[in-house]
Amino acid sequence: MKAYLSDRMGAALLMAPLLLFLVLAYAWPFLGVVNWSFTLPEPGLGQYGALATDPLVQSVFIRTLRIAAIVTLVSVTAAYAITVVWVRGTPVQRVVAEFCILVPFWISVLTRAFGWVALLSNRGLINTWLQATGFISEPLTLVRNEFGVIVGMTHFLIPFAVFPLASSMRSLDDRVLLAARGLGSSRMRTFWSVFVPMTRSGIIGSALIAFVFSLGFFVTPAILGGGRSVMIAELIYLRIFQSPDWGLGAAISVVLVLFVGALMALLFRYVRPKQMI
Amino acid sequence: MPTYRPGPVSLILAALVALFLLLPLLAVIPVSLTPSRMLAMPSGELSLRHYRALIEDPRWINSILLSIRIGVVSSAFSTVLALCFSLGVWMFQPRFTAALVGFVLLPMVVPPVVSAITLYFLLTSISGVSSFFGYDTWLGVAMAHSVMTVPFATVLILVSLSQLDRRIDLAARGLGATVWERATRIIMPNIKFGIITAALLSFVLSWEEIGVTLFITSVNAITLPRLMWMGLRDNIDPAIAALSVILIIVTVLVLAVRSLVDRLRGAH
Repeated sequence: MKAYLSDRMGAALLMAPLLLFLVLAYAWPFLGVVNWSFTLPEPGLGQYGALATDPLVQSVFIRTLRIAAIVTLVSVTAAYAITVVWVRGTPVQRVVAEFCILVPFWISVLTRAFGWVALLSNRGLINTWLQATGFISEPLTLVRNEFGVIVGMTHFLIPFAVFPLASSMRSLDDRVLLAARGLGSSRMRTFWSVFVPMTRSGIIGSALIAFVFSLGFFVTPAILGGGRSVMIAELIYLRIFQSPDWGLGAAISVVLVLFVGALMALLFRYVRPKQMI
Repeated sequence: MPTYRPGPVSLILAALVALFLLLPLLAVIPVSLTPSRMLAMPSGELSLRHYRALIEDPRWINSILLSIRIGVVSSAFSTVLALCFSLGVWMFQPRFTAALVGFVLLPMVVPPVVSAITLYFLLTSISGVSSFFGYDTWLGVAMAHSVMTVPFATVLILVSLSQLDRRIDLAARGLGATVWERATRIIMPNIKFGIITAALLSFVLSWEEIGVTLFITSVNAITLPRLMWMGLRDNIDPAIAALSVILIIVTVLVLAVRSLVDRLRGAH
């Protein structure tokens, strides 16, 4: 009995500091934000009504969903291509692929967005080169629009999309693929009718990660969209800092959390997370 | 056993993706060498003036020092909290563990912008009470970064604990070791690699944190990413290119050393 009690005490003492910290510094202020959404500027559901009717908010939501869908499709496809080589290539191919995945992964989102500005802006690498070779006379507008946002976000998301794909490709049994080849199926057919279906859980996992990440994206759209292609996260920022309407910013945040929560629930239904404890 | 290798089509597609991934990192190199004061490709002459600006302009030095200070404090804080929590989970396996761990991981899965507005609410509330620990103070930023990094530290430490053999702890317990002795002399030495990794990752995440920092700082607590952000939004300052080149080189070196160390270990 005494040992049992001291166990309870030990667990409580060890776990309490972090739990207390997060309750005070995360859960409580989040409830404060929820409270803002119901009380600012006046008590009631007014801000949620505004969400449903305001054409600006709606166009931002639709743009965010559209960009997130495009970016998810492109980044999962691209991640698939490089993951195949990272997991199944020769040792040299693997090292090269790993380098190309991990270096951008560890470099800050700001540096990466800046790299795209350096490439795509009017006086950037691509326009300078195209003009020097005489292909175009006026610079192409590649940045400060939706195209720039999609390129930058895809670049950010590819390394994240790689990891679930890699784990599903690693656990795949080689003998099935060799059997398909041995039975006379072409490389293409083996890939499309055996390899891809067997990595289904990885595809779903990485698509959901990419989609969820792109819904809450702030830095990349703000830099590469140049204020013209505003997404949800930037709208929240603008409602807090530029045209102060804290209630609306808070209401958008609450809706975003609920939406992402629903998507995460979906993720855990389809892809069992690895047992950690 | 023969293995199934990617064919030529896969290799070409993967090479294109690899090029796409590296292109923006390579593009900053020529920009950083431009003699012009604005963002442009160098035409003819190269210059190191933007690298010199990083050393000579006190704004850059100050924000680098501030980012290091915030990173060290928040990394130490979140690693200690994560370590205690994980030890509690592992040693006592209390009820509701899954729910408690899920709660701790929330800042990692909630969209960063929502965490940002949440921490903005927290720090502006504290500002009403204390002037050195709230909105736009370095301690406030360190606390906010701790909230954001503690889930990552917890995951890393829990993962390294999950690879630990429970029997060594049972043996210590059977021999009469107290909870404190088991934690500090049996368990922690065996997961020290995980603890160090957690501290390093927390530091790196704080060092490059921008999404939350934008919401909770204005003029005083200008961290390095915050300063880069200001230079990117207004007139694009090529000093950012110079800084980016340095950060990229450091990243590549660290990854190269790490993979070399892994390979040497694997060879033994």
